[in-house]
Amino acid sequence: MKYIDEYRDPDLVRALAERIRDLRYDKPLKIMEICGGHTHAIYQHGLHQLLPDNIELVHGPGCPVCVIPIGRLDDALSMARAPDVIFTTFGDMMRVPGSKGSLLNARADGADIRFVYSPSDALKIARENPDQRVVFFAIGFETTAPSTAVTLLQAQQEGVSNFFMFCNHVLVIPALKALLAAPDLQLDGFLGPGHVSAIIGMQPYEFIARDHGKSVVLSGFEPVDVLQSVYLIVKQKTEGRSAVENQYSRAIKYEGNLTALKLMDQTMEVRPFFEWRGLGSIPESALKLRSDFSQFDAELRFDVPGLKVEDPKICQCGEVLRGALKPHQCRAFATACTPEAPIGTCMVSSEGACAAYYKYGRTLLTDTMKKWAQ
Amino acid sequence: MCLAIPGQVVEMSDPGHHLARVDIGGMRRQVNVMLVDPEGLEIGDWVLVHVGFALNKVDEEEAHETLRLLREMGEAYDRDLAELAASAVRDEVAA
Repeated sequence: MKYIDEYRDPDLVRALAERIRDLRYDKPLKIMEICGGHTHAIYQHGLHQLLPDNIELVHGPGCPVCVIPIGRLDDALSMARAPDVIFTTFGDMMRVPGSKGSLLNARADGADIRFVYSPSDALKIARENPDQRVVFFAIGFETTAPSTAVTLLQAQQEGVSNFFMFCNHVLVIPALKALLAAPDLQLDGFLGPGHVSAIIGMQPYEFIARDHGKSVVLSGFEPVDVLQSVYLIVKQKTEGRSAVENQYSRAIKYEGNLTALKLMDQTMEVRPFFEWRGLGSIPESALKLRSDFSQFDAELRFDVPGLKVEDPKICQCGEVLRGALKPHQCRAFATACTPEAPIGTCMVSSEGACAAYYKYGRTLLTDTMKKWAQ
Repeated sequence: MCLAIPGQVVEMSDPGHHLARVDIGGMRRQVNVMLVDPEGLEIGDWVLVHVGFALNKVDEEEAHETLRLLREMGEAYDRDLAELAASAVRDEVAA
């Protein structure tokens, strides 16, 4: 497939791995990949095994399903169980456990819960079922928020009065600020999230290099992209500098996607606080609907518990999301918590670090070397 | 979820609703192109598709440029090694 195969070229992967070694950077180097999509690419292709031992990849909080706290899921479940409701969600959310079961459990109990590929599919269901209240569970970082914005505008334009958004969109920069403020943080650089950055552009990351002296390389998701980004970070470090660079220039413009940013601003505003799983309450880190769109705001239209609920004691998703713990170091990993019977979100989501370790973590170095040999 | 897949525009199927038909790895789907300046979009263009919306156009020139730089880097490296191997002056420690 074009724009995918070329970036999986084994010759380029090998050349890049050698080039990274050639930089002969010998101090310990910790690089956080912010985005769960990167975590999966790294494990799926065994890229971590191609790096010198002193370069460690640490997994970050950029998994939209993983960071939704139990309280919000309980709110979703109470909406889904209300009468005359069709509750729509991305498939990834279905198996996330709330304090009393998951959406999948609620569906088994008779609630009308449907998974959709796109918010526009949810709007279509609303048009086709005028006697039902149709709720869409909107989650995701800045990558996904523009699609919510466009769908809201469409619903408003068409006057679809039975359509509601449960808005849980989160923002990447406030989460990074929270990570950078942690006293025990030991990171030298970040692989920046490629598709979030396609929307927000490069400028929002500049404070990380300027004020914190850490490198940021905005990266694509194929093996060549990831290794080239690691190469650029190591090169910055060998040269003793920190900067924001754009490896994924085929998708990211400096200014981002101005149309998308404008539509987001037109429909949504920043919440004073939002509770993140693992990271706690972070100021100005999420979006809610603007008052012009309050008729579509599920939080206002439904009576929800709105409570803060602690994670189960055994679950260490919080530490995994902060990069403080590797998935296999969690006390529940692959024993009490598996993809079939997950306790924490990091094991549920296809972008969760625990799911990546569970699926690919047992890949041997020899298999990786074979994969990239010719 | 944050993944976006490259797809090629095959038809401007419903410009009034900003919809285009996009071929994504052999599967065709209606994609909302409102975020990528639908006026400037042409059949054959590549877009990154995420949850039924085109996030951005894939910049073909930039895509080629990235690969060209990487290939050059690979070639320069191979050339270095070849020159080293071919060099008449060997800097080896005698066994």
